[in-house]
Amino acid sequence: MPDSATHPVINSLELVGRSTVKLIEEAGYYSALLVESIFWILAGPFIKRPVRISSIFSQMMTMGIAACPIVFVLSFSIGVMLAIQMIYNLKTFGAESQVVVGVALSVTREFGPLITGILIAGRTGSSLAAKIGTMQVNQEIDALRVMGINPVRYLVSPALFAMMIMLPVLTFFSDLAGLLGGAVYTSIEIGLSFDAYIDRTLLALSAADVMQGIFKSFLFALIITLVGVSNGFSVTGGAEGVGKATTRSVVLSISYIVIADMIFTYFLNL
Amino acid sequence: MANTNSAIEVIDLVTHYGPREILHGINLTINEGEIMIIMGGSGSGKSTLLRYLLGLGIPTSGSINLLGKDITKISNTEMHQLRQNMGVAFQGGALLSSMSIGENVQLPLREHTRLDEKTMEIMARMKLEVVNLGGFEKLMPAELSGGMIKRAAVARAIVMDPKLMFFDEPSAGLDPVVSAELDELILNLRDAMKMTIVVVTHELESAFKIADRITVLDQGNILMTDTVENIKNSDNERIQSLLNRRPSNDEVQADEYLNRLTGM
Repeated sequence: MPDSATHPVINSLELVGRSTVKLIEEAGYYSALLVESIFWILAGPFIKRPVRISSIFSQMMTMGIAACPIVFVLSFSIGVMLAIQMIYNLKTFGAESQVVVGVALSVTREFGPLITGILIAGRTGSSLAAKIGTMQVNQEIDALRVMGINPVRYLVSPALFAMMIMLPVLTFFSDLAGLLGGAVYTSIEIGLSFDAYIDRTLLALSAADVMQGIFKSFLFALIITLVGVSNGFSVTGGAEGVGKATTRSVVLSISYIVIADMIFTYFLNL
Repeated sequence: MANTNSAIEVIDLVTHYGPREILHGINLTINEGEIMIIMGGSGSGKSTLLRYLLGLGIPTSGSINLLGKDITKISNTEMHQLRQNMGVAFQGGALLSSMSIGENVQLPLREHTRLDEKTMEIMARMKLEVVNLGGFEKLMPAELSGGMIKRAAVARAIVMDPKLMFFDEPSAGLDPVVSAELDELILNLRDAMKMTIVVVTHELESAFKIADRITVLDQGNILMTDTVENIKNSDNERIQSLLNRRPSNDEVQADEYLNRLTGM
């Protein structure tokens, strides 16, 4: 008979308790990082410690422009896949031409922001965690502090600013690529011309559909940046620690993105 | 109240790492323009003491006065200003790997001054000349040897002409010639630039060569703070075991050793 200290139920409760406390701690840390980053972006110029514009542009190039090819390829493929599935299913009802509506709404409201978010979480979120983690291990973060350079202003604010601009832009780009993928397959499969596809897409879509995806992308940008940098800052234990933080950052970012997407999709479509 | 000619004054400093107390009430005064060596074995608390002197941690109790300001109490703005009078050369250099050597040295100037690009370039080049790295400003940190990285870190640390300079294990991992060059550099910084210098090290030869005074730490306590001669002549057993590079005299019996291994 196990004593109370080792009872499985008590152990499980303890584990749940510890995990909950850790989750709350992490949420608090994310919030603190967010508030401090926004403080530096807004107040930095007035206290003569602005966020460096060159750093923001550099981050925008790395996390945004450089990601365009892979975002295009994935989003185009998703557009083609959606068209394949929808045409196959709609054939049953003889309504293949309605594929345009299905692809347009699915891509702009759901797949565009979600695929872009997941892709950037894997690409940029991991890179942020690895970069800051390596700096932490090499005492570069300490060096910044002792030089009187706030690491959040120097590293987090530019990344957050750049991500908040580039992820919505990439999402819009992904929407276009997805719609193009759908159009190409539809024109081949059911012979619908490009012009007709575009006309029907414009008829099917409202600004609200596109904005729903763009709105989600702002939220995903926050998640990717905050999870990435917070995991980077919490690195301990050398190269192994950097590896763990990078993996954790990607897994957490993608999980949070999917869960947040589900919640927001529900509330935005009530 | 800080002494009038003390650059650094530590009073009753107690720090914890989690539940464990690391420094047990440290008292230390470092005078203006002197080189103070902080020595001790592994786990003695010397690196922890350095972290707190640099304002990288909040102590449990006690105060740390740097240039007359208690860094445990001053505002962020005051600390920001004070940091412009502090230079640090970390053990591994801690140069930002994404920047060239020249950009690394210019970084404090870029952050704290409104100098134009050309002036910053000239100042960075001058400081790199001081550490014998003239002409290396375009190279990246990954392209330099360990000794060059340490010297570049010194150039970055002194670019704002700080009054306080801290070195963390400057000789670690360097060959004797490069190590001796760094010792000379530290002495020059004191003599030519009138800096107050704190060096954390366990390299005895280097310590004896450059120290004005030495503080020996052991298990979070100061064993002794004195001149090189007095430290060498100390009859403290732990200091002698450190100086003579031999294990301390705590004899362990065979049974006790086995118990430690088996956890009984």
